[in-house]
Amino acid sequence: MRVPILKQGDYLIASIQSALSDEDLLQLRDDLAEQVGRYRSKAAIVDVTVLDVMDSFAVRTVRAIAHMIRLRGAETVIVGIQPEVAFSMVQLGLTLGDVATALDLEEGLAYLNQQSRES
Amino acid sequence: MDHAALSERTKEAQDHPEATLMLLRELVAHLRQNRTQLREEWARRITEAQLLTAMTREEIFIEATSVYDNYIEVLETGSVEALQAYARNLSERIIPRGVETHEVVGIVLLLRDVLARSLFAKYQTDFAKLNRILDAYEPAANRIANTVAVGFVQERERIIRQQQEAIRELSTPVLQVRERLLILPIIGVIDPQRARQLTEQLLRGIRTNRAKVVVIDITGVPSVDATVANHLVQTVDASRLMGANVIVTGLSSEIAQTLVTIGVDLSKINAIGDLQGGIEEAERLLGYKVLMALEAQNQKNVG
Amino acid sequence: MITSGVDIVIARQEGRQLALKLGFSDVDQIVIATAISEVARNIVEYAKEGEIHISRVVNGSKKGIQIVAVDRGPGISDLAQAMQVGYTTGRGLGLGLPGAKRLMDEFDVQSTVGRGTRVTMRKWVS
Repeated sequence: MRVPILKQGDYLIASIQSALSDEDLLQLRDDLAEQVGRYRSKAAIVDVTVLDVMDSFAVRTVRAIAHMIRLRGAETVIVGIQPEVAFSMVQLGLTLGDVATALDLEEGLAYLNQQSRES
Repeated sequence: MDHAALSERTKEAQDHPEATLMLLRELVAHLRQNRTQLREEWARRITEAQLLTAMTREEIFIEATSVYDNYIEVLETGSVEALQAYARNLSERIIPRGVETHEVVGIVLLLRDVLARSLFAKYQTDFAKLNRILDAYEPAANRIANTVAVGFVQERERIIRQQQEAIRELSTPVLQVRERLLILPIIGVIDPQRARQLTEQLLRGIRTNRAKVVVIDITGVPSVDATVANHLVQTVDASRLMGANVIVTGLSSEIAQTLVTIGVDLSKINAIGDLQGGIEEAERLLGYKVLMALEAQNQKNVG
Repeated sequence: MITSGVDIVIARQEGRQLALKLGFSDVDQIVIATAISEVARNIVEYAKEGEIHISRVVNGSKKGIQIVAVDRGPGISDLAQAMQVGYTTGRGLGLGLPGAKRLMDEFDVQSTVGRGTRVTMRKWVS
């Protein structure tokens, strides 16, 4: 299941629709990297609201996405981590490092707009 | 009936399983044939013993029917699964109505008696056969009584736990004092279970209130050791994953120093002395002070 | 039967369903699903193939879920080291086992080099 990526001005928005297999996540990583490059996007928002589990692989891949996107001069924001998922992640000891997070899409966009205003 | 005789009888049942099966079949047939009068007899005895007073006679009869049929099914199939499911279902319905454990145990034992007596009546001329039928009947009847009673008690315990949980949640409210700002004042001892519950509540609160800043005040926590500190760090991390900033107030610098010395990583915690200071910092983070300063400026210019 | 990434998703969905049926809270359902994901992932990455058995378990008045993950892979030579947080065989975070242990109430690992690994974990309905 390929994750649809929407272009909204300078930003790309990837909304995950259903449970993702490992291959799907890796595909998302490659798609985002390619499109950020192609459109010279300033940032990519990945909406994980629907994901009910974020295990070590998912976290590794998300960090890899952020890394690849940063190499292309853009920022990544992860939005929509649910309370139960956040809880499991910290119990497992998984962190997103310095990848930005926001409550949801709306907050993610507000954060990015504020960032671009300040810069 | 003394214990020696009892163990001898069950041993005989063990030695002749096929015979036991046949007796059970005969027993089940008898119970089915006399279903109507035995059920009525039982319902009558329930009312006489003043059990299930919280229910009407029609309700008692309906439940009596279900229990009776489940009873027969257990005798017939040897499996208590359907009975267990029914017992849980029944308990769920009658517990809120105030039915108590002794009533449930009482009615099941009454049914056992009613059925036993009907067996006495039927086989009174053949004492040997009566003995064998009872050999087959008693272990099953006891198992049934046990299943229903345990099912009821477990359901009761589950409900009590639920209520305790609700009380705990009420006693530690997550307060929304401003838009996007939550305050979680923690008072009292934090054991691992409570810490977990607080974290869950806070995280759900962040989602519901769309909080951007959370102030956790631990002034009221008597002892802050490494365990509590680690729970705190976990809560801070989880809140950040949801896009919220966390400020911890009430963590004195002495305690903080002690914790760092033990090896707790407090670097991620934004700690501020007291609650007032914490709220001010939160407002600053949310941009309130800036707004208010601008307004004050406008007032001056206008006036 | 676990041989690929897709099976990991299936395994944790099954785990979640059983957890739901057993009456686990929302949080616990996801905690369990995450633990399953971690051990299943271990199988896929190190043993290539294995099985996950998810079942209901009872102890007195407690009831809970039990997950047994079995593989005939290379086995773990130093269990103590593997169970240390942060241990990695060079494949990234490698948090599988110690992480899963933190999520569950009971956790047991049996492993023989060259024969395989068996992980048994349980969580009780609170």
